[in-house]
Amino acid sequence: MLTRDLVIIGGGSAGMAAAIEAKKNGIDDILILEKDSVLGGILNQCIHNGFGLTEFKEELTGPEYLSRFAKQVEELGIEYKLDSLVLNVTKDRIVTYSNAVDGVVTLQAKAIVFATGCYERGPGAIQLAGDRVAGIITAGTAQKYLNIHGFLAGKRIVILGSGDIGLIMARRMTLEGAKVLCVSEIMPYSNGLNRNIAQCLNDYNIPLYLSRSVLRVEGKGRVEKVVLAAVDEKMKFIPGTEMEFECDTLLLSVGLIPYVGLLSDIGTEMSSTRGAKVNDQLETTVPGVFACGNCLHVHDVVDFVTDEGRDAGRGAANYIKGLLKQTKKIKVNPGDGVGYVIPQYIETDLNNDITFKFRVRKPIQNVFVNFKSGDVLVHKVVKPVLIPSEMVMIKINKDKLANLPVDEITVSLEERK
Amino acid sequence: MYDILVIGAGVTGAMISRRLSRYNLKVLLLEKENDVGNVVSNANSAIIHSGYDPLPNSLKAKMNVRGNAMFDQIADELDVHFNRCGSLTVATSDEQLKVLEDLVKRSEANKVPVKLLSEKEVKEMEPNISSEAKGALFAPTAGIIDPFNLVVHAVENACDNGVILKLDEAVVDIKDLKDHFVVKTTKGEYESKIVINAAGLYSDKIAEMIEPIDWKITPRKGEYFVLDHYQVGLVNHTIFPLPSAKGKGVLVSMTSSNNYIVGPSSEPIEDPDDASTDSYTLGEIRRQATELVPSIPFNQVIRVFSGVRPTCTRHDFVIEYAKSNKNFINVGGIESPGLVSSPAIAEYVVDELVSKLINLEEKKDYNPRVKKYNRLNEVSEEVRNKLIKENPDYGKIICSCEKVSLGEIEDLLSRSVPPRTVKAVKKRCRAGFGKCQGGFCSPMVTLLLAKHYGVSPTEIKWDKDHSEILVSEVKK
Repeated sequence: MLTRDLVIIGGGSAGMAAAIEAKKNGIDDILILEKDSVLGGILNQCIHNGFGLTEFKEELTGPEYLSRFAKQVEELGIEYKLDSLVLNVTKDRIVTYSNAVDGVVTLQAKAIVFATGCYERGPGAIQLAGDRVAGIITAGTAQKYLNIHGFLAGKRIVILGSGDIGLIMARRMTLEGAKVLCVSEIMPYSNGLNRNIAQCLNDYNIPLYLSRSVLRVEGKGRVEKVVLAAVDEKMKFIPGTEMEFECDTLLLSVGLIPYVGLLSDIGTEMSSTRGAKVNDQLETTVPGVFACGNCLHVHDVVDFVTDEGRDAGRGAANYIKGLLKQTKKIKVNPGDGVGYVIPQYIETDLNNDITFKFRVRKPIQNVFVNFKSGDVLVHKVVKPVLIPSEMVMIKINKDKLANLPVDEITVSLEERK
Repeated sequence: MYDILVIGAGVTGAMISRRLSRYNLKVLLLEKENDVGNVVSNANSAIIHSGYDPLPNSLKAKMNVRGNAMFDQIADELDVHFNRCGSLTVATSDEQLKVLEDLVKRSEANKVPVKLLSEKEVKEMEPNISSEAKGALFAPTAGIIDPFNLVVHAVENACDNGVILKLDEAVVDIKDLKDHFVVKTTKGEYESKIVINAAGLYSDKIAEMIEPIDWKITPRKGEYFVLDHYQVGLVNHTIFPLPSAKGKGVLVSMTSSNNYIVGPSSEPIEDPDDASTDSYTLGEIRRQATELVPSIPFNQVIRVFSGVRPTCTRHDFVIEYAKSNKNFINVGGIESPGLVSSPAIAEYVVDELVSKLINLEEKKDYNPRVKKYNRLNEVSEEVRNKLIKENPDYGKIICSCEKVSLGEIEDLLSRSVPPRTVKAVKKRCRAGFGKCQGGFCSPMVTLLLAKHYGVSPTEIKWDKDHSEILVSEVKK
């Protein structure tokens, strides 16, 4: 059987960063498998700017951002295969992929990095009510049609969900001559970045309706009408609050889910993020199998995806070099107000500090973020504002984690009096 | 002049046409939709029922039991995924246990093999069943099938044996000229000696075109959830509650593609074309389903849909000559168990009814088998590589969720009932059937269809009329 030191599944921002970092850490035998016909993944269709503020201290478009990493992949001589989809992975790290040139190839990898990105929740996932007609489309698919293929998917549009792709597409489709009637968000707050609400909605006088969702879609063949209604705290529709919009399109921006069918098939422990649980090296609970980027947890900013990709590439290099020795196993739990925390386990002492990444469940102001092990407060940070749409990252020096009373840490929020 | 004109290319019309295609007859199959099997046959539970449930001696009972016995051969000849997984009708109280005993008697009358299971046996066979389960009726001959390709392949096979299919043609009038009929459609007129009405939800309207009738279609809608095929063994059989006057109740079953299906509801509706879903009904299905299988992971739902049943006021299938002219045969009210009954209905209609009207002379070159499909996920790596060498498009995967190759989609376009819409592609090869529901692959499928048919992508439809996916091109 063919062998590879490192196989990276997915050549988007996470996968390219993982490959580059692994190479810099002494791993030469790397193969990136990318299902699309170019490197860069979803960034290829993100032609708006706002990428790279952390990485490069400048604002780049998606294609500009990805090309800087694609160039490095070329320069470092990292091998990649395009139009190549991974069909199967085993827990012994046997990878099977398919493309038109090589056919179906099975190879043994020493380590695997999953960088497979995420997919959009669609009408089925939110159990959208009404007629099942054309004109109900996810924002990312509409973005691909428009920015890659040059076709507009709607002229009069209602957007459900205030996630970033929906906001970006509100502006983008408006600029192409479509009329965006409103954005409806079921939560009492937006799930998009503040800058996107300002630049994509407010600047174009597109109203944002909070605590409202789609009661039903009506149409024959294609969407003709969308009926919104207000929801109460339990997300139940409130009778008498209906608002009707004559339109041809319902654009959905109702959440992203890690795209990891292959990973859950090999029996990794899965997290509430619907990605895998990982340790401080971003290794899943299957040895030698790593995960990073949006297939681990959905990120708000691509720069952080890149950074996480590097962590996974370094982790995989450490594994291949035999440096990953479990020294302890500390379980990291989300506590009050916290949705999830990555990593879920701390198992090595290879890093000088551990960055904990998490999201809060709802917007909150003026809080302590407490890291507790048993009754001991290990670390405490003050945060003036935390919102669910922004990933929180807090770095803790490993010395603070050295002598914990129990092998667990809980990350929780505490309101400041 | 046609010998026989069949109205409706749902599963009933498809099976009848295929049965007719073995004889030297000139057969025309008319369908109002742009694809075969696109209404009732497209949205149902896809269960090959055992036949214990219909009232003894009813047409439903006879056709169901006979049809069930025919399905191993049908699925083999038509190359359709079929799994005789068996069904469990579960009792959750002592009263319900008594009802199960009545069902055993009904099964015996219908000559359907069943077995009463103890509480312990049910829980061994279905570890995720409700703790309230007290026993069940096990019907080992029940199964699950791919309902989409059952119809597509039956029509393909019929066409390959000489039947002419015309899509997008709705029948608007029929003139009975005694020695033949003139069938007027939205596109033209056809003369035929015999007409078979298999028009599903509109079978009463078609029947009334030649004479008054004493039955009527009262459509009933059923809503469903479809779950991703993320885990094995949520249920291992089709799980039914006890049947009631409204039907067989909300079932939980795996599907022939290893997804899970939960539903249906049963709501009378006015408009036969109403395939909408609503939150209240879905919530009610969810409540009822979790009474049987409490751990259904509803966060794995990838689709909700509804289908409409052509329920008939006669409470049984209508399969008979028209009163005023035997050369007109009505096949109406084919609701559940219509899918399983379809080959038996076809056999009965052709061998018993049509045979008395026209000479049935077997074709010498009749081939009961559908032309071979290359399904890459079902062959060895070696065969797969051989196929990719012959056609590199088999190596390029378009649908990453269901792992469907470009070559397989292209193959569909050269068959006798090629897909014209994105949904027709999805039904045939599962591209767009997975967790992302076509989010990634539907643009590629749309562009591929546009290229194949030589039209702009803005003309490609998702499904029915006026369902174009794109509104305009913004750049050249």
